[in-house]
Amino acid sequence: MSSLFRIEGIAALALALVVAGCDKAADESDRFAPSGPGAPAQRAVALVPAGGELDTTPNPRAEPYYGSAEAVTNGMLIYNQMNCVGCHFNGGGGIGPPLMDDQWIYGGRLDQIYNTIYFGRPNGMPAWGGKLNDEQIWQVAAYVRSMSLPETLARNGTGTPSQHPAPVPRAADENDGWHMPKGTGG
Amino acid sequence: MKTTTVLAVSLAAVIAVAVPVLAAQQALFPLRQSAKPPVPEAVAAADVFTREQIGHALVPPTPEAGRTVAAPAAAPKDDGQWLMPAKNYAATRYTTLAEITPANAKNLHEVFSFSLGVNKGQEAAPLVVGSTMYIVSAFPNHVYALDLTKEGAPLKWSYNPKPLPAAAGVACCDVVNRGAAYADGKIVFNTLDGATIALAADSGKEVWRTQLGDINKGESVTMAPLIAGGKVLVGNSGGEFGVHGWLAALDLGSGKLAWKAYHTGPDDIALIGDQFHPFYASDRGKDLGVKTWPSDAWRTGGGTMWGWIAYDPSTQTIFYGTANPGPWNQQQRPGDNKWTAGMFARDVHTGQAKWFYQFSPHDEHDYDAINEQLLLDMPFDGKMREVVLRPERNGYVYVLDRKTGQVLSADPFGPVNSSRGVDLKTGRLIVNPAKETRLGQVVHDICPTASGAKDWNPSSFSPRTGLVYIPHENLCMDWMNLEVNYISGTPYVGAEVKMKPGPGGHRGELTAWDPVRRKPAWTIREDLPVWSGTVATGGDLVFYGTMDGWFKAIDARNGNLVWKQKLPSGIIGQPISYRGPDGHQYVAVLSGVGGWSGAVVSGPLDPRDGTSALGFVNTMTDLPTRTTAGGTLHVFALPH
Ligand code: HEC
Repeated sequence: MSSLFRIEGIAALALALVVAGCDKAADESDRFAPSGPGAPAQRAVALVPAGGELDTTPNPRAEPYYGSAEAVTNGMLIYNQMNCVGCHFNGGGGIGPPLMDDQWIYGGRLDQIYNTIYFGRPNGMPAWGGKLNDEQIWQVAAYVRSMSLPETLARNGTGTPSQHPAPVPRAADENDGWHMPKGTGG
Repeated sequence: MKTTTVLAVSLAAVIAVAVPVLAAQQALFPLRQSAKPPVPEAVAAADVFTREQIGHALVPPTPEAGRTVAAPAAAPKDDGQWLMPAKNYAATRYTTLAEITPANAKNLHEVFSFSLGVNKGQEAAPLVVGSTMYIVSAFPNHVYALDLTKEGAPLKWSYNPKPLPAAAGVACCDVVNRGAAYADGKIVFNTLDGATIALAADSGKEVWRTQLGDINKGESVTMAPLIAGGKVLVGNSGGEFGVHGWLAALDLGSGKLAWKAYHTGPDDIALIGDQFHPFYASDRGKDLGVKTWPSDAWRTGGGTMWGWIAYDPSTQTIFYGTANPGPWNQQQRPGDNKWTAGMFARDVHTGQAKWFYQFSPHDEHDYDAINEQLLLDMPFDGKMREVVLRPERNGYVYVLDRKTGQVLSADPFGPVNSSRGVDLKTGRLIVNPAKETRLGQVVHDICPTASGAKDWNPSSFSPRTGLVYIPHENLCMDWMNLEVNYISGTPYVGAEVKMKPGPGGHRGELTAWDPVRRKPAWTIREDLPVWSGTVATGGDLVFYGTMDGWFKAIDARNGNLVWKQKLPSGIIGQPISYRGPDGHQYVAVLSGVGGWSGAVVSGPLDPRDGTSALGFVNTMTDLPTRTTAGGTLHVFALPH
């Protein structure tokens, strides 16, 4: 229904590579603005509820971000600077859903998380494509993916969780990082 | 083939490593489903001030000078209906109906119930107009009209406003709605995405729809409108998003904007002019809404209005408060941050300010000042005085002169150590430096917590007992300031908070406050925060609900529990009591846990992260084991 959230696909991706990431304060631009011009891309779409587009085929561009301590550490910085923390807190959720648990609405594989962050999601998740550069989005996706790893959970102690993110092992996404989506009764 | 082998090997390696890790994880971090992190330890009683230490009044009590009543012009004779959430303009939430009493309340039973179809926090008050009941659900804000003349109260009509789905992304504390208001044949309510809609009460047809809020800026609307002087009054939410707070007045007939008063910025947009006569010197001067902020910070300074408005028809004046300044990190906004965290009196027709009083200048603890205000005439200094009574989030019951905004008394009703009372000469809250918030440093055991000694959930007043029934919290918190960037449409908070129980360990209270004697007549302790409203009746009962789903009736005179009923989900709504078409007294309430305090269930959120929901989850870790999400209307009566 909301054209604001139409996935603009390849054109938007191209745009994102041109637009510099905003790592500064006072980004006054419209958070719900479409990510860029162009027709929606044709892609393999799994049947999932709530109109979420889910890539069934893993995106090879995710590979460099597996096993990378740098990715999750930088991702954590971006997560805090971009106010992801204001909506998802340290993984337990608030305005947005928890990210440290084993349930995913839009898929928990690294590249699926990338898509969520890049394109936004209809029920209030802003689109960051064009605002963060591609590498930043992959890194923050890696941090999000790391939150629910047993390795990260075990490093939390009793304090604030997700402060010592473990690198995401490639094997973590073997099962497509996928669990039954929230709200499907599964 | 080769790939498969490699993967198998790495998988095995991971499992091998993961086994001991998993064991450790089981202890500290079991799976979310089985996670039961303990409720934190309570703050010690010695860590908060006593009422005697920090409560002040201009003069000693003079109860012999008269009986406290609702401001007469603001509380007309009860007709048994319920036309606005607060029952009347004086906001007493009191009905004269007296069929149900402490003696017979044990016979109360549910007459009908109705599912709202939404399992989010239900904070609304049902309305009863003639023989129809109207309810607004939490987002997506369905409106239902039920026919009270027929058995089971069948649905007359329903209305779906179709708010933008993305609105859920800018609602700080669950997607609640606090109800509708009725006047002139119209049911008027607000949607989360910032529209105000008037429906024909008989048909449910849209009469007008006015878009006031803009979710792209982080604005939402959760409050119930107040209709007064032919105007529909609506304010924005979004104090956690750096929005520019306002209150707007729409023409009831057309929905057109009549005036809009901003709560930060220059005088001309704050509607501050010739008629403005604040009582205290600190509120006098030009453009204080700009000068009390670092340059331009007022533009993203919050000061929203998502709570309650009272109205005195005898002076055509509205009274309401403004919410917290943004961001929460006070170190990013030195100054008094006017006109946030205070109360305005304004002309209902023009919006022009008459007076202002700031409860929490330069608020450091998220003490929004949007709670209910009761318009009472009460004995003070040997004579009857026209006052505004405000149980304020910062922990004090304030009694202010209705005409001038002067503070007559301010006494703590919950745990307080963030301040040491109110200086009645200057009107200023005396901040406790030990509980001032700091960058990168955790300040422990600040009381009250961010959601206050009480939050939005409204009190009631019975003229029969002279008591104000305040539903509230007993919570404190740890707080650390963090630097935060303003990014439009994302949270602008800059603080990490973890809440905990206040002294005694119980998290909620219902206090029967005697405004004349300035102390509680009695107090009921509740394990969970009391996040529902209260309603008082002519039969000397007070009704309220608990977050684990008990709907309770207590004796208004002594607080004795006379009846309770377990409802399917926790209660955070506003109970009402009305006369049905059959002439009998009914009591109605919504169940459906959620809101800021219940977000751990309505989210659902992960209780392993205490910082979730702005730190509220830290002290609500047990809630998911005690109730589940819901959304149902319940109506009770005596057998007849
Ligand atoms: C303004 C609030 C807000 C901000 C800021 C925000 N999110 Fe979200 N996020 C949401 C909401 C609401 C949803 C749920 C969307 C839906 O269900 O359609 C969501 C969903 C998600 C999901 C999908 C979870 C799942 O179960 O599939 C991920 C991942 C996510 N956000 C990561 C991020 C990251 C990373 C950032 C910062 C770059 C961020 N979010 C910033 C509100 C926000």
